[in-house]
Amino acid sequence: MLNIGMRNTIIIGSGPAGYTAAIYAARADLSPLLFEGMEPGGQLTTTTEVENYPGFPEGVMGPDLMVTLKKQALRFQTEIKSEIVSAIRREADGTFVVTSKNVEYPTKTVILAMGASARRLGLESEKALYGKGVSACATCDGFFFKGKKVIIVGGGDTAMEEAQFLTRFAETVTIVHRRDAFRASKIMQERVQANPKIRIVWNAIITEILGIDVGHVTGVKLSSTTEEKHWEMPIDGVFAAIGHEPNSSIVKEIVECDEKGYVKVTPGTSKTSIEGIFACGDLQDPHYRQAITAAGSGCMAAIDVERYLSEKGV
Amino acid sequence: MEKHFTDATFDAEVLKETKPVLVDFWASWCGPCRMIAPTIEEIAKELDGKAIVGKLNVDENMQTANGYGVQSIPTLLIFKNGKVVEQFIGVKEKDEIKEAILKHV
Repeated sequence: MLNIGMRNTIIIGSGPAGYTAAIYAARADLSPLLFEGMEPGGQLTTTTEVENYPGFPEGVMGPDLMVTLKKQALRFQTEIKSEIVSAIRREADGTFVVTSKNVEYPTKTVILAMGASARRLGLESEKALYGKGVSACATCDGFFFKGKKVIIVGGGDTAMEEAQFLTRFAETVTIVHRRDAFRASKIMQERVQANPKIRIVWNAIITEILGIDVGHVTGVKLSSTTEEKHWEMPIDGVFAAIGHEPNSSIVKEIVECDEKGYVKVTPGTSKTSIEGIFACGDLQDPHYRQAITAAGSGCMAAIDVERYLSEKGV
Repeated sequence: MEKHFTDATFDAEVLKETKPVLVDFWASWCGPCRMIAPTIEEIAKELDGKAIVGKLNVDENMQTANGYGVQSIPTLLIFKNGKVVEQFIGVKEKDEIKEAILKHV
């Protein structure tokens, strides 16, 4: 017997991949249910101008783009829940049960689009001071550091971009990098090195963020990566741009992932190791990680779902 | 409907209010703030009569934002009898926010 309330597809994630999958699935009359997850709109919501998304000759603000994609998904009757999925279970008959807030949603297929999240430093003091000088979003929180001194950790393009952005507000921006060279593109490095507000501390890592006793960041403890040297630096804010990690924790036991946690798909498709589960966006993409590739793979996932359902005749 | 608090109205509309008050510290340039705006509107409708729900634009009302040590947005503070009784930094689920307000009704 078909379970009452059995859905055609449930999409988990609300970045470009998730919303594009929703638009395609909804237009194919699959009445998708989409769970927004812990970062509604995904990584683009913490960016500023996106200049390389086709169709916007003047560029588009990342958050605007996501508001637009959500509207488009809603236009075609996507049901959206602003909740976080806690578990996915596979039933003996090949269907699935998605759990959120202790409610179980049976579904014939699942589209995984949980994306990736910015990596944190991983310090206890970082957690304790989150929102009190430790920030995960330079574009959101740079404003609070007018005339103050901040650190950004990292050596890639994102770190360079955010360092540049933070100089709009901060008096000085110190880039702390664990090696003696950046991996950022040459043009970004040149911009950073030409900026009089930016300083660079090479070969160093933060071992502790100070200020828990007074309730806001007052400084950091640093250690050299090349010699036995430790020192403290007074600082008001700490930002990190040290890469991303795929948000695959809830599916690691179900579908095959690579050693870094990216969900494995059959090349050229969105098919995971489990029939009926499809993956798209940054969650399965360690190579490109662009808004447009995420959107493209979201489209693939919805089409793969449609074909899977019609082949199964369900 | 959610309210719009300012530095000038904060005392009368938030601190002197006897019902619990949810204040959403936000700014137009904060992407995550814009993504949760519909959630805040829904909470305002659903808790109408039980609690006051409103937003405070940090860009225009720096004094209040600074006064509460807000350094990251979105930050949600719940006030009861003039005091902060709950605090959320970053995006949270709707039910979690609602439950936190209802504890103080």
